[in-house]
Amino acid sequence: MATEALTAQDASAGPPTRGRSYAGRRRRAPLWLMMPGGVYLLIFLIVPMGLLVYTSLQSGGAFSGRFYFDWDFANYTDQIVQYKTQLIRSVSYSVIVTIACLLLAYPMTYWIAFYGGRWKSSILLLILLPFFVSFVIRTVQWRFLLGDDGIIFGPLKDLGLLPDSFRVLATPVAVVAGITYNFLPFTALPLYVALERIDKSLVEAAKDLYSSRWKAFRHVVWPLSLPGVFAAFLLTFVPATGDYVNAAILGGPGTTMIGNIIQEKFLRELNYPEAAALSVILMVAMLILASIYARILGTEDDTLTTAL
Amino acid sequence: MSATETRTAPSTGIEPAPLHAPNKRWTRFILPGFTWLMIVYLTLPIFVMILYSFNDIQVTPPRQTPRFQGFTLHWWRDLFGVAGLSQALKTSLMIAPLSALAATGLGTLIGLALGRYRFRGKAPINFVIFLAIAVPEIVLGSSLLSMFVLAQAPPIGFTTILLSHIGFSIAFVAVTVRARVQGLDRSLEDAAQDLFANPMTTFIKVTLPLIAPAILAGFLLAFVLSLDDFVITNFVSGTESTFPVWVYGATRIGLPPQVNVMGTLLFSAGLFFAVLNVIVQRRRARP
Repeated sequence: MATEALTAQDASAGPPTRGRSYAGRRRRAPLWLMMPGGVYLLIFLIVPMGLLVYTSLQSGGAFSGRFYFDWDFANYTDQIVQYKTQLIRSVSYSVIVTIACLLLAYPMTYWIAFYGGRWKSSILLLILLPFFVSFVIRTVQWRFLLGDDGIIFGPLKDLGLLPDSFRVLATPVAVVAGITYNFLPFTALPLYVALERIDKSLVEAAKDLYSSRWKAFRHVVWPLSLPGVFAAFLLTFVPATGDYVNAAILGGPGTTMIGNIIQEKFLRELNYPEAAALSVILMVAMLILASIYARILGTEDDTLTTAL
Repeated sequence: MSATETRTAPSTGIEPAPLHAPNKRWTRFILPGFTWLMIVYLTLPIFVMILYSFNDIQVTPPRQTPRFQGFTLHWWRDLFGVAGLSQALKTSLMIAPLSALAATGLGTLIGLALGRYRFRGKAPINFVIFLAIAVPEIVLGSSLLSMFVLAQAPPIGFTTILLSHIGFSIAFVAVTVRARVQGLDRSLEDAAQDLFANPMTTFIKVTLPLIAPAILAGFLLAFVLSLDDFVITNFVSGTESTFPVWVYGATRIGLPPQVNVMGTLLFSAGLFFAVLNVIVQRRRARP
């Protein structure tokens, strides 16, 4: 839309003089720069999301394998009713995960940002190290660590410190712990960026004014770190709700999450409309939260991404 | 910000006499202690992965066991002993550079446009970039599969994986470059233009060298993202397997120890580049 508006403006400017054409070129420059990547994102991000919604309103026989579009909103109501348990379970796991991630990541990133000194980037690197190993492999390692006869519980059971029936794997605890582990960097990065940006002299000023350490934190650091907390929440909450790898690798039959259902329906049952409906629910939740975030902090805020 | 409130602090009885007295109490160890504990927790699975690449497994076919059974270099020597796994790693290592290259090209241009110019439609594009980063992978994966199924082209496999990887990497490259472009000293370019450099020359001789570190960082990020991705790839891969997809599939029947060896090698490569980056940055920061 911006393209048309600007080219129209240029055309009305008449035969370009030297200066004008340069200005015009400058004005058109961002549009030419945007074009290839913008078109790509349109085709492989925006259009697919639209088609996901389209698919979610299709109906048709799972037997014939053919689907047709007929505004089948029943897909949504049916899925929500049928998978109520998994939806509620996913959201509750995700709430616990988000809180745990924030509680674990905040003190850590606070210390690095304020007391890391010249080692800041090195310590941050240590935190991001697990990133260099594939998500799936990391999760599998936790299966070995938390296994009934694994590295941690095996020796404890041998010593008789734990009953033989004790287990963590295949329980909600394992799934929540796994998701927490995997999403911790996504929480830590925006928090670190926000905390790192805080002008340390503000804390000094608060102390000059006889503020205690706690009060300086409460009234200076905490409010200034809120953009990071929001960004961390955004990057953790909805993705954690949609996670299915942890439930699949660390969980059991009683820990199935909504992501497992979506995956199962899409890739095994090939029931695209029902799977798409569930996926759209997650997408809408994300869009709502992202819009709120953009409304409050603006889309230019790069707290989300600077640390990358 | 709330100085008026904090001024009442002395009434709480805390003696404020020496300003900024260093914290001498044992509590000063809480935060660093906690941070180091967290680092141990975060890197624990990596150590397990490396350790178990030396696990002397006796069963055939070799599958990882929970208990460490002794030290062997066998799996390191027999790195490509599992055909499916080697093929999957090869696919991953073919897709990652292609995807990273394309995403870096497209993303850099977007980053330049967003960091440099003010134009109509900028806010929606910023929002799209933001969305591409924040949207849950499962939503993106199922969206892309929906599209490929409806379009019935291209055939699900290598091409669809590559197209999808480029798609989700662009945004990451764009924000990395955007941040650098925004922090750029514009007077350097103005100086070049004052010295009669045309816009193209200015870009190649001045702008490009200045943003090169961000472009490289974006490329490496896109490379790692592609290599690591499981959720989206699993949706759009069909019968094709990348490294993470193969590993996920194998978890049901047990993992061959070569997975740990390959994981360790990829990790070492990542670590090498990360350390290099820290060293370069430190050298540059030195006056």
